Amino acid sequence: MLLYALRRLLYLVPVAFGVSLLVFALVHLAPGDPISAIVPPDAPQEVVDKLKEYYGFDKPLPIQYLRWLGVTLTGDFGTSIGTGRPVATEVASAFGNTIILAISATLLAFTLAVILGTAAAYAKSRIVDRLVTLISLMGVSVPHFWLAIVLVIIFSVELGALPPMGIGPENSTGWRLDGPHLAHMVLPTIALSVIPLGVVTRTVRSTIKEILNSEFVTALQAKGLRDDQILRHVLKNAAPTCLAVMGLQAGNLIGGSILIETVFAWPGTGFLLNSAIFRRDLPILQGTTLVLAFFFMMLNLAVDIIQTMVDPRIKRN
Amino acid sequence: MTLQSPSLELGAPLVQPIATAGGRSYWQSVRRRLRRDPVTLICGGVLILLVASALFAPWLGLDDPYKTSMLRRLYPLGSPGHLLGTDELGRDMLSRLIYGGRLSLFMGVTPVVCALLIGGLLGITAGFLGGRVNMLIMRIMDVFYAFPSVLLAISLSGAMGAGAENTLLSLTLVFIPPVCRVSESVTTQVRGFDFVDAARASGAGMLNIVRVHVLGNVLGPILVYATSLISVAIILAAGLSFLGLGVKPPEPEWGLMLNTLRQAIYVNPVLAALPGVMIFITSICFNLMSDGLRAAMDVKA
Repeated sequence: MLLYALRRLLYLVPVAFGVSLLVFALVHLAPGDPISAIVPPDAPQEVVDKLKEYYGFDKPLPIQYLRWLGVTLTGDFGTSIGTGRPVATEVASAFGNTIILAISATLLAFTLAVILGTAAAYAKSRIVDRLVTLISLMGVSVPHFWLAIVLVIIFSVELGALPPMGIGPENSTGWRLDGPHLAHMVLPTIALSVIPLGVVTRTVRSTIKEILNSEFVTALQAKGLRDDQILRHVLKNAAPTCLAVMGLQAGNLIGGSILIETVFAWPGTGFLLNSAIFRRDLPILQGTTLVLAFFFMMLNLAVDIIQTMVDPRIKRN
Repeated sequence: MTLQSPSLELGAPLVQPIATAGGRSYWQSVRRRLRRDPVTLICGGVLILLVASALFAPWLGLDDPYKTSMLRRLYPLGSPGHLLGTDELGRDMLSRLIYGGRLSLFMGVTPVVCALLIGGLLGITAGFLGGRVNMLIMRIMDVFYAFPSVLLAISLSGAMGAGAENTLLSLTLVFIPPVCRVSESVTTQVRGFDFVDAARASGAGMLNIVRVHVLGNVLGPILVYATSLISVAIILAAGLSFLGLGVKPPEPEWGLMLNTLRQAIYVNPVLAALPGVMIFITSICFNLMSDGLRAAMDVKA
């Protein structure tokens, strides 16, 4: 098992190398040269040249890449052009906020998906099955940033029941576990959970349906087990597939919450990324993308390893 | 979208070999099954209606979608002369929603078509040649897979700057890897079937085998997959415009309209939500079409 995990980790090295190349390239995809983002267009040529030399942009690309990689590997992502603070600090504080939202959305989506999916798979009546299928279809089809706006319209504008934006009350310095902060989490959590809810409900339903048709379930019934005892066996067999799909979705939540964070002005990585794009703050753009991609890679690896641990029958090569 | 791309991850579809000699009867039976599927037919109808109204918008007698008027801002639904009201600059909503379909549908379909061509070609090449070529192509795809799809789309277009072309380019890049993976796995499976060996033994050239046997079997799963990708692409493209990274004002586009109408949620909330309804309907229809095609073509997810 440990050997397998190590081998998978080793396999990630070339991928991580590719990822770093792509993230490095982001700066050079930008129109004009990277310096033009920070100096006014009428700056004298000597100043531009000096800045280019200072940032190392006068060197050939491969050298620039190696220098950037070397510095980045030590945990130094450079300085934000917008705020002048280290990129690592900015990303770290935003990352925590994103994780909090992602965890609550994942919990909500997974709980509902397991209940709905299991109900649909067991349902004798077609209506329940149809209804659950409809819910999961809605989940994967709805533009979630639009749903976020609709939620704000209903619960904040019309009912005045929940706050429309921010992480907490106006003087809040960061997330805390108390009533007002939790109230701010409700709408973003719901908006963020619809896509994983749709995807995972689908998976749970089809996986359990398939298991219910397998011979061992008939054998358990013949042995005289009660339905709830059989359900335990069924769930245990469905777990690896469902966990894997949920893990992937959780990763997508962390990397893809930018639209929801923008609607709710939630100070996470997505919000940071969005403001960095409009300030042309390329170091922040680079740093955030790199951290999120790295986290996504590690999460996928963890899901993979956990899946193999839960179900050793899965053959890997 | 994820957009997170909702269901960008798709397991390898299991292929049942299609006997190419009886190819015509296979597609005939697909058509027969589709005709008996009311949901898919309705969705197809709605989509045709959306595309047609977008295409023929100038001849529908609609108001000028660009004509602003400070006197008639944010009229509610059902106002005389403006069936769906007017937006924050006094432009006719019905007209803008229909014209908006032009860009929104175009921005959703084009990246998928491009990704289908490029990713399909790469995937079939990798699957058919195997060995080192496969290794190289698929490892490059792995790099793109290391990013959540929404993050990749936003970072790419964020770095390249706002604009419709950059949105198309970054979305195409996002969709190439999944298409490549699906076509690679299908091709690898097809390559292992006996009839490919038989064809080779009977002297068929490589191009012939690819054209007849590989393409014949890969097309179905890929089409089903691409249809569901369009739904993701439309949401993602609208999302990029919503962030201000896609189409620029004053162009009518559903995502951008949703963004500019956000200031109106206190005045006229129903109006502010309308562009999202269009995205929702389109996305549902493409997803249901994909399900219908999957059932009709007997492709297992």
